Amino acid sequence: MMHTLYAELKKHFPLGELTAQRENLGFITVEREHLRALLLHLRDKEGYTHLVLLTAVDWIEDGIFQLTYLLSNRDKRCDLGLRAMVPRDGASMESIHDVWPTAATYQRELFEMFGIDFPDSPGVHDPFILEGWIEIPPYRRDFDTKKFAEENFTHREGRETNDPAEYMKKQLYPDGA
Amino acid sequence: MKDELKKRTIKGPDGFEFEVDPLHDYYCDAPPKVHPPVYVKIVEDMFNWARSESIWILGFGTGCGAIEMRPLMTPRFDAYRYGVQWRPTPRQSNLFIISGYLSVKTLKRVIRSYEQMQSPKYVMGLGSCTINGGMYWDSYNTIKKLDEYLPVDLYVAGCMPRPEALLKGFEDLKKIIRAGEGEGANIYAENFDWYKANQKKVIHDWDMPDYNW
Repeated sequence: MMHTLYAELKKHFPLGELTAQRENLGFITVEREHLRALLLHLRDKEGYTHLVLLTAVDWIEDGIFQLTYLLSNRDKRCDLGLRAMVPRDGASMESIHDVWPTAATYQRELFEMFGIDFPDSPGVHDPFILEGWIEIPPYRRDFDTKKFAEENFTHREGRETNDPAEYMKKQLYPDGA
Repeated sequence: MKDELKKRTIKGPDGFEFEVDPLHDYYCDAPPKVHPPVYVKIVEDMFNWARSESIWILGFGTGCGAIEMRPLMTPRFDAYRYGVQWRPTPRQSNLFIISGYLSVKTLKRVIRSYEQMQSPKYVMGLGSCTINGGMYWDSYNTIKKLDEYLPVDLYVAGCMPRPEALLKGFEDLKKIIRAGEGEGANIYAENFDWYKANQKKVIHDWDMPDYNW
């Protein structure tokens, strides 16, 4: 099913490669310029009417954010993910809130947690989940969450970590037998 | 600071203009006072006995531990037979159960709710998250040591503790109260500056008065 859809789409749009994970789940990498037209085509012509989620992956080594738009076709029980890459520096992407209004909420979250800007998306710069955040966005991989927690929150002494195998050996065979 | 908290001029329906400073006008910012026991010991003991038999819990679940309170409210474990019940407002309750992980954002609401509760009031930390951070020990958004921010009378350890553990916790809390050691509100008042400094250290957008009962 995925491959026929991919071949069909390939006639109209320049597409990256297809990763078919299951019969009814696949991911296609697309250039960001073609993303919007492809989303509209999928929604209006192919029956992918539901935006399941919009999320990001931080590929810090390559200096890019990967945005994944996961769409669902309810009639065919089929999910399709579109991957678009945006550069990490000054990350910004065209908003799709007019294609799916729910996208505005995802975009607000992405702006707060990853710092990816979506100009024109309603309320995208309003505070969302974090309050009074002072650091770089916490889902970016260059944000050191352990260091932040150690600096900001008091640590209680007495917390010990044991290797389970060693610990049980000591408990069960205290003589070292 | 949020717009609605800023000082501003408002025009009333009668055309009369007046100035509003919400942080000053809508809240009381007087610090809490210590209320030492005033009666002879035998009377105070009777008070404490009465208090220990009326543990009213604020119905505020901060984390996943709140799910353990539902079976306690219902016939399976029925905490009501011990004089424990849940109330919808801080004004009517005297026990605050911090049920599990406490994010910084929730901590702000917890402080406001705690300060609105009437003395004497008690705090119970539920689950390992309130003790040392638990599985959220390296999280960017949850506090790790509850007694830095509120005076805690009792911790119930576990992840999650079963409802039985909570019932045991209530019994232990009753013993603490009867012994006259449930002095959380007074400890909070005595060390008010220390608690406030700790709270402000983690809540970076402090947009409320220091004390808002």
